[in-house]
Amino acid sequence: MSRDTALVSAEWAEQNLETPGLVFVEVDEDTTAYDGGHIPGAIKLDWKKDLQDPVRRDFVNQEQFEALLSERGISNDDTVILYGGNNNWFAAYAYWYFKLYGHEQVRLIDGGRKKWELDARPYSKDVPVRAKTSYTAKAPNLEIRAFRDEVVQAIGVKNLVDVRSPDEFAGRLLAPAHLPQEQSQRGGHIPTAISVPWSKAANEDGTFKSDEELAKIYGEAGLDGSKDTIAYCRIGERSSHTWFVLKEILGHENVKNYDGSWTEYGSLIGVPIALGDEPGKA
Amino acid sequence: MTSPATNVASNVAAGCAAPDQSAPLPSSVDLAKETVITGIVRNADAEVVGGAYVRLLDGSGEFTAEVVSSPEGVFRFFAAPGSWTVRALSRHGNGELAVDATRGVNEVTLNVATV
Repeated sequence: MSRDTALVSAEWAEQNLETPGLVFVEVDEDTTAYDGGHIPGAIKLDWKKDLQDPVRRDFVNQEQFEALLSERGISNDDTVILYGGNNNWFAAYAYWYFKLYGHEQVRLIDGGRKKWELDARPYSKDVPVRAKTSYTAKAPNLEIRAFRDEVVQAIGVKNLVDVRSPDEFAGRLLAPAHLPQEQSQRGGHIPTAISVPWSKAANEDGTFKSDEELAKIYGEAGLDGSKDTIAYCRIGERSSHTWFVLKEILGHENVKNYDGSWTEYGSLIGVPIALGDEPGKA
Repeated sequence: MTSPATNVASNVAAGCAAPDQSAPLPSSVDLAKETVITGIVRNADAEVVGGAYVRLLDGSGEFTAEVVSSPEGVFRFFAAPGSWTVRALSRHGNGELAVDATRGVNEVTLNVATV
C-alpha cells in the first residue's frame, strides 16, 4: 500500500463528486455535522448506530456489514471515499472495517472534514437516495485485527504502539472527563509499548504528514521495522488512524489494530501494566 | 517526555464527539476545581466565526485537544492552571492567543484573519 492507493486529496474529491463508481461516505460518532451540511452527494455512516453491534461488545459481523452496505446502496465494485471529523478518526476506523471485510477499493480524503472546511469547499444538505445493492463481504481478515491474548503475548516481542495522549499512557488520566462511561478499571499502558500520540502523524489542517516525516517520527520513537506491530488506544479509533499511517501510507507489512484497546486491556484480570512515561519492562 | 498532568484535556481531547460548545456549563462542573478556557472566535470584522477548528496547545506547544466552534463562535476547554495557547484555523483565516489560565472560567476572544 502507499499514499497513492489509500488517500485522495480534498481537491481531487471535489473534482470527482460526479464521477460514476465513487461513493462518498461521511463517518462520525456524532453525525449532526453531516446533517448540517456534508460533501455533496455523500451518504453517512454512524459509527455507533451503524457499525457497532447493538448487543454484543463488538463491531458488526460479516452478515451485518453486508446488510448495512446493501441497504445504503454500496456495491462491491464501488470505490468508497471516506471522510469525517475528528481528524478522520472514525473514517479511518471505517476504512479498517472495509479492509477487514475485503472491500477492494477504499480511500480516505486527506484531512477529512477539517481540510474541506478550511479550504472553504461547498457543502450540501441534500441526502442522496441510492438504490439498494446486494453486497457480499468476505470473511474478516484477522491479519489486521489483534485480540487480547495476542497482545499479551506481544509484550517485549512485537512493536506495541500506544497512540493515546501522554497522560493516558502514563496512567495519570483514564479518559477525557466527558466520557465517564468508557473507562477502564486501571490506568497505565501495556508494558514495552512505545508512546506515539496519534496527533504526531497529522498536520494541523488534519492532513497526514509526509512519508519522510512519518518514517522519522516512528523510527525515533523506537519502532523496529523488522518486527510486527500492534497499535492501540482507548477504544480503537485513534489507533485506526495510526494503523492507517503504518500499514496504508508507510506500507509496513504486518500491522494490526487492537480495537479492544485500553478499555479492554485495562479491565483484564492479571495482565501486566506499566505506569509512568517510560515503556517499562516485559 | 512528560507533559503537564492536566487533570483533563478538553471536550474532545482524546476521543469521540465533542459536546455542544455553546451549551451552558453543566451543573456538575465544579468551578472551584476546574480550569475552563472559553471564548468566542471572531473575524477581522468582529463577526463570530462558527465551524472554526480551535486547538489547545500546552506550554511546550504540544497538541492537547481540539474542538469545533459553535455557530455562535463559542469554544470551551477544560484544562489546568498554567500557560496554554489557543489556536484557531478557519475558512476566514487563522489566529492564536496565549492564555495564562487560573482556576475558574478564563474568558478570551480569539481573532482570526487571513495573512
